[in-house]
Amino acid sequence: MSQPTLAHDTVRTPFLSKALPTAVILVGAIYCLVPVAWVIVASTKSRSELFTTFTFAPGSGLVDNLKDLFAYGGGQYGSWALNSLLYAGVGSVLSVIVSAMAGYGLAKYQFRGRNLVFYAILAGVLIPGITLAIPQYLLMSKLGFAGSYASVLLPMIVSPFGIYLCRVFATAAVPVETIEAARLDGAGEARIFTNIGIPMMLPGMVTVFMLQFVGIWNNFLLPFIMLSDQNKYPITVGLYTLLSKGSGEPALYSIAIIGAAVSIIPLVALLLFLQRFWRLDLISGGLKG
Amino acid sequence: MTTTTTMPTTTSTGGTTRTRSRRRSPIAPYVFVAPAVVLYLAFLLVPMLYSVYLSFRGLRLVEGGAFGKRQEVFIGLGNYVSAITDRDFLAGFGRLAVYGAIAVPLTLGLALVFALLLDLGATRAKRFSRTAIFIPYAVPGVVATLMWGFMYLPLTSPFSYVTEQLGWGTIPFLENPEIFGSIANIAIWGGVGFNMIIIYTSLRGIPSELYDAARIDGANEWQIAWRVKVPLVTPALVLTGLFALIGTLQVYGEPTTLRPMTSAISQTWVPLMTIYRDAFVRDDLPRAAAGSVFLAVCTVALSVILLRLTQKRAFGES
Repeated sequence: MSQPTLAHDTVRTPFLSKALPTAVILVGAIYCLVPVAWVIVASTKSRSELFTTFTFAPGSGLVDNLKDLFAYGGGQYGSWALNSLLYAGVGSVLSVIVSAMAGYGLAKYQFRGRNLVFYAILAGVLIPGITLAIPQYLLMSKLGFAGSYASVLLPMIVSPFGIYLCRVFATAAVPVETIEAARLDGAGEARIFTNIGIPMMLPGMVTVFMLQFVGIWNNFLLPFIMLSDQNKYPITVGLYTLLSKGSGEPALYSIAIIGAAVSIIPLVALLLFLQRFWRLDLISGGLKG
Repeated sequence: MTTTTTMPTTTSTGGTTRTRSRRRSPIAPYVFVAPAVVLYLAFLLVPMLYSVYLSFRGLRLVEGGAFGKRQEVFIGLGNYVSAITDRDFLAGFGRLAVYGAIAVPLTLGLALVFALLLDLGATRAKRFSRTAIFIPYAVPGVVATLMWGFMYLPLTSPFSYVTEQLGWGTIPFLENPEIFGSIANIAIWGGVGFNMIIIYTSLRGIPSELYDAARIDGANEWQIAWRVKVPLVTPALVLTGLFALIGTLQVYGEPTTLRPMTSAISQTWVPLMTIYRDAFVRDDLPRAAAGSVFLAVCTVALSVILLRLTQKRAFGES
C-alpha cells in the first residue's frame, strides 16, 4: 500500500487510485460475509449462551446443537435436506434437458409455429412464477396431486428464462455449417443434437442448471403452498416452521440457527465449484439478441 | 422483450423449397420443442387461464327454499372490485413501493459500483471480493431472513451490542418504520452479487481499444467508467433492473419468515401475503385468483413500461 512514487502520468495519489477501490470492494465483501460468519459462530453456542454471550464469541455447544438438529422430529432435518436435494437436483437436470432441446429446436430450425412458441416463452419470462403458485395448487388439488413430490417438482421444470438462454446460446455456439456437414454424412437429427449440439452448448447448459438449481433450492412459496406433510418439506419450508414455532419455544432457535448454517455449506460449495464453468455473460449478451 | 434476431421467417407459406428439401425429418423441430411446450401449457398457461376463469366466479345464494343453496356462479368483476378496494391489499402495494424504492436502486447501484471496481486495474483482492459478494446468491431468502433476523433481534444483534456499549441503546430494526430498511437490506444482500456478476461479465465484453482511445483523449478512470463503461452496459442494467422489479412485486418469503420475530409485519404486509390469506385462511379462492391476476398484470405492465422507457437508451436510437 505504501509505494513511494508511483505517479508517472497521474496526479492522483496512490491512495486514491489503488487503496480506495480496494477498500470499497472489501467493505462490500465483508458486508456479504458478516451474516454467514454470524450464523456459523452462533451455531457453536449452547441455548443459554445464545442470548447471554457476546454475539460474535464462539460458544461450546456445537456438538450438542448438531445432535439436537439431526434428532429433531425423528430426524426431520435430514429428510428436509434430502428433499431439497431431490427437488433441486432432479428438477434442474430435467429443466436443463427440456430447455436445451427447446432452445436448440427454436434456434436451429425453421418451422410453422416457431415464432408463436418463442414469443409465448418470452412472455412467460415476465410472468412472475410465484403468482402462478396458487392456481397451480388449485389445479393440482383438483387432480389429486397436491401434497405429492410431483406437485413441487413438475411446475419448476419449465423455465422460460432457461429456454430463452439456451436459444441464445444455441444460436451463438452451434454453427449451421457443422450441422449441415453432419447431415451430409448421414447423421440423424437426434444424433446431431446429442453428439454435436449438446457438447457445444454445454457451458450454457451448466449456467441454466445452476440458475435452476439455486432457484428451486431457494423456492419457498410453491412448496409452502403445495405440501402439508412435514416429511416432504424442503429445507426452506422446514426452517421456516422451526422459526415460527420458535417464538413460543425458544429452544428451537438454536436448532434453526445450526440448521441454517448446515444448509448453506453444500450450496456455497456447489456454487464455488461451478463458478468456473458457467457463462453468465450469456444473460447480458442475450439482451443484445 | 428484446430486439431478437430478425431472421426472415419462412413459416406459414411455403418457405424456400431449397431449405425444405434439405431437411431430413420435418417433425424433428416439433419433437425438440414438444416437452417444453407441453410443460408450458400444463404449468403456465392452463393455471393462468384457470386463475382468470376462477377470478370471475363466486359463491352466491341461488333461488330456492328458505335457506337457499350457495352455488358457484359467474359474478363478473365482483372479485376484482372487492380485491382492489380492499384496504389491506392496497396498503400492501404501498409498502411494496416503499420497500422497492429502497431495495431496487441500492441493489443496482451497489452492483454497478462493485462491477466497475472489479473491472478496474488498480483494485486488489478481486477474486476474494467477487466470490464473497456472490456467496449470498446461494443462500435461500428464508435462510437469509433467518440470519439477518437474529442480527436484528436486540438480544442477539451485534449492531445493537455495539450501540448499547456506546450507551445509545438498541437499534429498532424490527419496528416501524425501520422494518422497511431491514427487509430491503435482506434483499440487497441477496441480490447484489448476482447483479454484479451480470454487469461485470458485460463489462468484460467491451473491447479495450475503446478505453485506449478514451485515455489518449485524456480521460481519467473515473470519466472512462462514467462516460464509456456505464453507457455500454446499459442493456445489462436494464435486465437487472427488470429482474429487481419483478422480484420486488413477488416479495413474500422474507416478510413471512420475519413475522414471528416482530409485530411490525401484519398478515397482509405485502400483496402476496393478502392473496395467501384469501386463499388459505379465508378460503376465498376466487378473490385470491383475482388478486393473483391483478398482481401478474401489474408486473407485466411495469415490465413493459420499463422496457419501453429504457429501450432507446439500451438499444441505440433505432
